[in-house]
Amino acid sequence: MSELLLARWQFGITSVYHFLFVPLTLGLSVLVAIMETMYVRTGNEIYKKMTKFWGKLFLINFAMGVVTGIVQEFHFGMNWSEYSRFVGDIFGAPLAIEALLAFFIESVFLGVWVFGWDKLPKQLHALSIWLVAIGGNLSALWILIANSFMQAPVGYAIRNGRAEMTDFFALITNPHVFYQFPHTVLGGFATGAFFVIGISAYKLLRKKDLEVFRKSMQIGLIFGLISVFLVANVGHLQGQHLVETQPMKMAAAEAHWETAKPAPFAVLAVVDEQNQRNSFEITIPRLLSFLSYNNFSSEVKGLKDLQAEAEAQYGPGNYIPPVSSIFWSFRIMVGAGTCMIFIALVGLYLWKKGTLETKPLVLKALLWSIPLPYIANSTGWFMAEVGRQPWIVYGLQRVEQAVSPSVSAGEILVSLIGFTIIYGVLAIVDVYLLVKFIKQGPEQPTLSNHLESNGKGVSLWT
Amino acid sequence: MDLNILWFILVTVLFIGFFFLEGFDYGVGILLPFLGKNDTERRIIINTIGPVWDGNEVWLITAGGAVFAAFPNWYATLFSGFYLALFLILLALIVRGVAFEFRSSDRSPAWRKFWDNMIFLGSFISALLWGVAVTNLLQGVPIDGNMQYVGGFFDLISPYTLAGGLTTLLVFMLHGALFLSLKTEGELVERARAVATKISLVAVPVVLLLAVLTYLKTDLFAKAGAAAVFLLSAGCLLIAILMLRKGREGWAFICNSLTIVLFTVSMFWAMFPRLMVSSLQPDWSLTIYNASSSPYTLKIMTFIALTMVPIILLYQGWTYWVFRHRVTEKHLHY
Repeated sequence: MSELLLARWQFGITSVYHFLFVPLTLGLSVLVAIMETMYVRTGNEIYKKMTKFWGKLFLINFAMGVVTGIVQEFHFGMNWSEYSRFVGDIFGAPLAIEALLAFFIESVFLGVWVFGWDKLPKQLHALSIWLVAIGGNLSALWILIANSFMQAPVGYAIRNGRAEMTDFFALITNPHVFYQFPHTVLGGFATGAFFVIGISAYKLLRKKDLEVFRKSMQIGLIFGLISVFLVANVGHLQGQHLVETQPMKMAAAEAHWETAKPAPFAVLAVVDEQNQRNSFEITIPRLLSFLSYNNFSSEVKGLKDLQAEAEAQYGPGNYIPPVSSIFWSFRIMVGAGTCMIFIALVGLYLWKKGTLETKPLVLKALLWSIPLPYIANSTGWFMAEVGRQPWIVYGLQRVEQAVSPSVSAGEILVSLIGFTIIYGVLAIVDVYLLVKFIKQGPEQPTLSNHLESNGKGVSLWT
Repeated sequence: MDLNILWFILVTVLFIGFFFLEGFDYGVGILLPFLGKNDTERRIIINTIGPVWDGNEVWLITAGGAVFAAFPNWYATLFSGFYLALFLILLALIVRGVAFEFRSSDRSPAWRKFWDNMIFLGSFISALLWGVAVTNLLQGVPIDGNMQYVGGFFDLISPYTLAGGLTTLLVFMLHGALFLSLKTEGELVERARAVATKISLVAVPVVLLLAVLTYLKTDLFAKAGAAAVFLLSAGCLLIAILMLRKGREGWAFICNSLTIVLFTVSMFWAMFPRLMVSSLQPDWSLTIYNASSSPYTLKIMTFIALTMVPIILLYQGWTYWVFRHRVTEKHLHY
């Protein structure tokens, strides 16, 4: 296998794996902060129990997010050294700022929060989890500023054989950020909310710790419904923005080969990439025009014309990304999101009526909806990154120009196997621990009473 | 002073912060299986660094980000060149990081032993390889005219770089042992003191060997300033050992911290203005000028770094104040 292919596999696996943990960190940190704030304001011990229970699950997930994030940071230098040379002048800055401005806050105050339960005044302790949540979400902002440069480069000039920054303000106010950041962060909020909703449903089904999980369910449902509703709306606006800035990505997401005016929307399609057509499709007339431009008769450019335009601009080559996989990942993402809105609406309606707990089928559906945000997050990122192909930086550098020339296929293979095995084992351990603590419930968030400690009491939390 | 020099200093400061802070938590991790005789003791040992290790590690992440932002060619050549070594460090950091969170999450002794071993292994490999990496940077590695590393993994291993690795390993272990003697109570303090004394006896000849090899293999001693700091660093180690013998662990810890700080300073000073020395031809070395970002980027980053670093020092310093007391069985999380 070639260095390029192996490097791509490694980056893909690490990114997807990293992003299994990050969204939950974004959402759950905010939810735990809300719970602890309620505890501080009301003094109600139930909220303290909630904070500790969900906080423990948060910590198990957080550790995985951090360690995979370190790998992610060093990947650019390890496997994509020519990319790092070419855009380091611009791309390195948001990464460094992320560490200075966000990750330090998050990590330092997480230590304060975990170990400060009985050492700090309540308000200060609650403030520390808010700082963790704010730090985490600020991290996402800076990483997405970096990623947005790859999707839609701004504020640069090609000098000395590389892209050099000319306008920092343009970089951080990249219009792409204003869609991608809220879409990603709200997706994280929804992930946190559905995690809380699903596990609360599981506990309510088993009639365990009802007070804790009723309140958790309530907070989860409200937070979740708002998040998914907003994420869908931002996603729609983001799609319209991409039609303008990355038309190839959106045309691939719609398997839209021929320019059409008005353009139909393909609900389902069997994509024949070799012959550049759909061998079968179910379409709704005019809908794509409307979705793209809020107008039922607008022209939407197709992949073939966009390819011709790209060739005219960048020279000969294939500029069409893998259409079929992008088409389906887009539909899976939207489908998962739609299910989430529906489920959250039903859940909230029944909770309002006070009959949610009498409907085991609904509770089961809530439990089994936990994977939905994960599916939506992964397919969403798949579409964003694969849809940018063959470019690593849209219009500036292609992926094959970015790979490290000094690294051999054997070296990448060794590290690819190493990382994959470690990731696989840790994923199993992580799920094992989550399930274990979920089953154990909030009554015993600690193992303290069971420790062999020479007969002395040892506590885990307080 | 131009911004390239300022950024060289800033990166040095970040690595000093990283080696100084993570140095003792690597040391604590390495000593964990040897000093903790039962589960409670091992928990106390882990909890001495519990509130701070994650924040300490961010110094590395920030150093990596700063190198990327200020010297992208250094970042590219270093990380693609030291590929497998870095892969090992990353594996070590992964298992070490999750081990802290996972080890007390299950009651089974086998489970706990496994993750304790992972904490040990992760700390041990990292502590060793950082020394190997730093001495390689100074000694020089095969870099061609296109800033590409043309050697392999085993080119990074030589008697000199191994002596470098052993030095960081031993100094970090001493750092950890002294830290434990300040942060624990009773019998553990005694054991930490005893092991610190043992480590220091091994460390002296190794540092002497490193000094001789540094003289033979690098141009560090050609620079009076760097050489003076290097010898001062070794001197601090001797004073640390002396203080330890007198039973003054606080002073010993401070002196050993100075050893780490000054050692890092001397290595970077000797490299300056080079970032990576080419062993093939001096002209092919990466310097703070041919590897740097544009003046505009450096200016923006300077503004941000000089604003943020003091704030970070303030709040991170505050956390050390909050958790300044000795760790007892009553206050354990992990």
